[in-house]
Amino acid sequence: MDFDTLALSRFQFATTSIFHYFFVPFTVGFALFIALLQTLAFVRRSDDLERLTRFFGHLFFINFVVGVVTGIVQEFQFGMNWQSFSNFVGNIFGVPLALEVLMAFFLESTFLGLWWFGKDRLPAWVNLSFIWLVAIGTAVSAFWIVIANAWMQHPVGYVLHDGQAVLTSFWAVMTNPKGLEWSAHILTGAVTVAAFFVIAVSGYHIRRNHEVNLFKTSLRLGLVLAALGSGGVVVSGHIQGQSAVRDQPMKYAAFSALWDTPKEGNMSESLIALPSTAQGRNLFSLEVPYLGSFLAFNNLYQKAQGLNELQAMMVKQYGPGNYIPPVWPVYWAFRIMVGIGGVMLLTALWGLWLWRRGRLETAYGYLTFLLIMPLAPHLANFSGFITTEIGRQPWVVQGLLLTRNAVSPLPLLYVVLSLIAFWVVYLLLIGLDVFLLTRTARAGMHPPEVQAASAPAPDYTLGSAPVRLEGNGHE
Amino acid sequence: MSEAVLWFWLVTACFAVYFFLEGFDFGVDLLRPFLAKNEAERRALIQTIGPFWDGNEVWVILAAGAIFATFPAWYGALLTGMYPLFTLILLALIGRGVAFEFRAQVDSRAWRIFWDVTSFAGSLIPAFAWGLIMAALVQGLPIGEGGRYQGSVLSYVTPFTLFGGLTTTLLFMLHGATFLLLRLHKQGELHARARRAALFWGALATAAVLGFVYLGYVRDELFKNFGLGSWVLPGLAALTLAGIWLSLRLARDGLSFAMSGLTIVLSVVTVFLGLFPNVLPSTLSPSFNLTISNAASQPYTLHLMTIVGAVFLPLIVGYQAWNYYVFRRRIAVDDKKAGAAH
Repeated sequence: MDFDTLALSRFQFATTSIFHYFFVPFTVGFALFIALLQTLAFVRRSDDLERLTRFFGHLFFINFVVGVVTGIVQEFQFGMNWQSFSNFVGNIFGVPLALEVLMAFFLESTFLGLWWFGKDRLPAWVNLSFIWLVAIGTAVSAFWIVIANAWMQHPVGYVLHDGQAVLTSFWAVMTNPKGLEWSAHILTGAVTVAAFFVIAVSGYHIRRNHEVNLFKTSLRLGLVLAALGSGGVVVSGHIQGQSAVRDQPMKYAAFSALWDTPKEGNMSESLIALPSTAQGRNLFSLEVPYLGSFLAFNNLYQKAQGLNELQAMMVKQYGPGNYIPPVWPVYWAFRIMVGIGGVMLLTALWGLWLWRRGRLETAYGYLTFLLIMPLAPHLANFSGFITTEIGRQPWVVQGLLLTRNAVSPLPLLYVVLSLIAFWVVYLLLIGLDVFLLTRTARAGMHPPEVQAASAPAPDYTLGSAPVRLEGNGHE
Repeated sequence: MSEAVLWFWLVTACFAVYFFLEGFDFGVDLLRPFLAKNEAERRALIQTIGPFWDGNEVWVILAAGAIFATFPAWYGALLTGMYPLFTLILLALIGRGVAFEFRAQVDSRAWRIFWDVTSFAGSLIPAFAWGLIMAALVQGLPIGEGGRYQGSVLSYVTPFTLFGGLTTTLLFMLHGATFLLLRLHKQGELHARARRAALFWGALATAAVLGFVYLGYVRDELFKNFGLGSWVLPGLAALTLAGIWLSLRLARDGLSFAMSGLTIVLSVVTVFLGLFPNVLPSTLSPSFNLTISNAASQPYTLHLMTIVGAVFLPLIVGYQAWNYYVFRRRIAVDDKKAGAAH
């Protein structure tokens, strides 16, 4: 196998996944937020809240479609660039993917259209149920993808037969502990992405004194979700770290930069390190004694195995080769992810505290700070992706299939050209998404004649509610 | 019937439904430059498929997912073998999907033109490429041992496959036109133009189908494993194609749409019937053929998929049908907007 086809196929898969993952958590979390907001509007019979729902729904719509189109690429890539992988795991891996389509994609695409275009044709409670179906669909979709990925990290419910992994228990695949932990992490992460976007947009309009009474509601709802989301991310992340010690010790050792198994009974935790792959040790490491044991095992006297010892064990088990993942990116990505998780939780708690003090809507410094926060969960997701996906290399299916044996026999030129094409298109998409989201979010709510849109023209004026015009939204 | 064979026909059904549904939304996109004279008419055309295109597209994702789970070897060999074509299809579907939503977000003529061109190309490329792929399936690919593709891009570019691409493109345009007859306001000028388009593109589509049949059946004898009974379906397809002419003359909109749809469905079934019991024939040696039995997943996986399919497929068909029912009202051109944005 040509090494370059492998390297570029890996790069293509990694980057198209990361680009895709820029939109997906936003869609998953945002659907839940909108469903909650519309429920509030329905229960209170508030036309104003209904208008607010339409406003955020417009933003959701813009983002949703980019998530959809980048998602198709993900599915086709398995066959296009990873033929041997598809052959090896199709029996198992294909099932959650097919289930995702059957249980989620049809649901989302059909009921999102019904929700958005059909709001005047059906009763309000029916319309409300549509957005809940969309929200459920997005979560179900995330669940199945995580289950598929979890199987690659922690294969269960299979036997090997004729060079293929053959399914023996779908129940085991579905209840893979790794998959359940990750689902919790991914779903709370998605809530966080949406929540920080919502509170930034709401804070912006409150600062500009635009529809303050309305945006106050979304700010508060967003803050509650931000606190629950980032709290959930921290807790589920911690649980995952502890299970990594057991089922992917190499990954754990890599993100801890733990080269040698500690001689003492306990384990310290490195805060800052300069790992050196060439020398198999850290050139520098600032460590807190006992903290490693505490984080990994909830006690002060247990230790994990180091990279060098694990490498020796794997050589014995699987034959000669290098089984240590690239330590540097994994170690630092992990620390960035954890750090941002902390910042997000503190930001959410700070907001709740301001709310309790009755100062939330006038805390202009805090509201300004919120404007940069939508970037934080995305950066954390990116780092988390690096940690978990580079951390399991050189395996594509842990212990069963090496990444280099999974790739398609493709001419290098094909991969080069498709890689360039995907990059150009995806960069354009991200640019357009950010441009349109910012533009629509800043414009706020306007009567239909000011909105340029045609078919899905968002009409934020419902009922007889008076609408204030603030500029033309194109400043 | 074994479950592997059942899934072969379910995959066939997914493609048939996909080409039936997305066929008309591709067609509407492809007809737009010929039919719409101003912004209001363009918007009306987009509105006819607005609530539907996304749900239609999911059928190809299901087709791919079903192949992945039930015929993993087929999945890898097909997608790797025709890598450049699938790359083009994916890029086109990306551009097309965002074009519908982004077009309306900025009030600028240049912006709209950019997205109109994108969605036209985004429909043309897959419409053509899918026809090419279907024809290449029939023709076979240079597949060697272990499903490894051993040809170049040009291996599947032959007069037959190019004609396949041309045929699907024209059939989809015809299907789009008959869909518009159902969706547009009957008294409108646009409706009259759609009828003329159905006649015009229908004539070209018929010519293309005849050419395709000539190349495939007569000259290349690609359907040589067809017995007399198997000619029933292609024969029916020919009848429905002729039926379109009759229904257009009688101004029976529903019938025209049903006829163009049936032509597409019967053509897809014909292709897969020609394949059976192969899923991907090899042009190098019959011993490298991927067949239903050697490409299929293990019985447990197939059985699981059958149960899941039996539960969810009827549900999906049900709510998608309901979606079409909710948006059944015909679309009229909004003349107020015609001048404003022109």
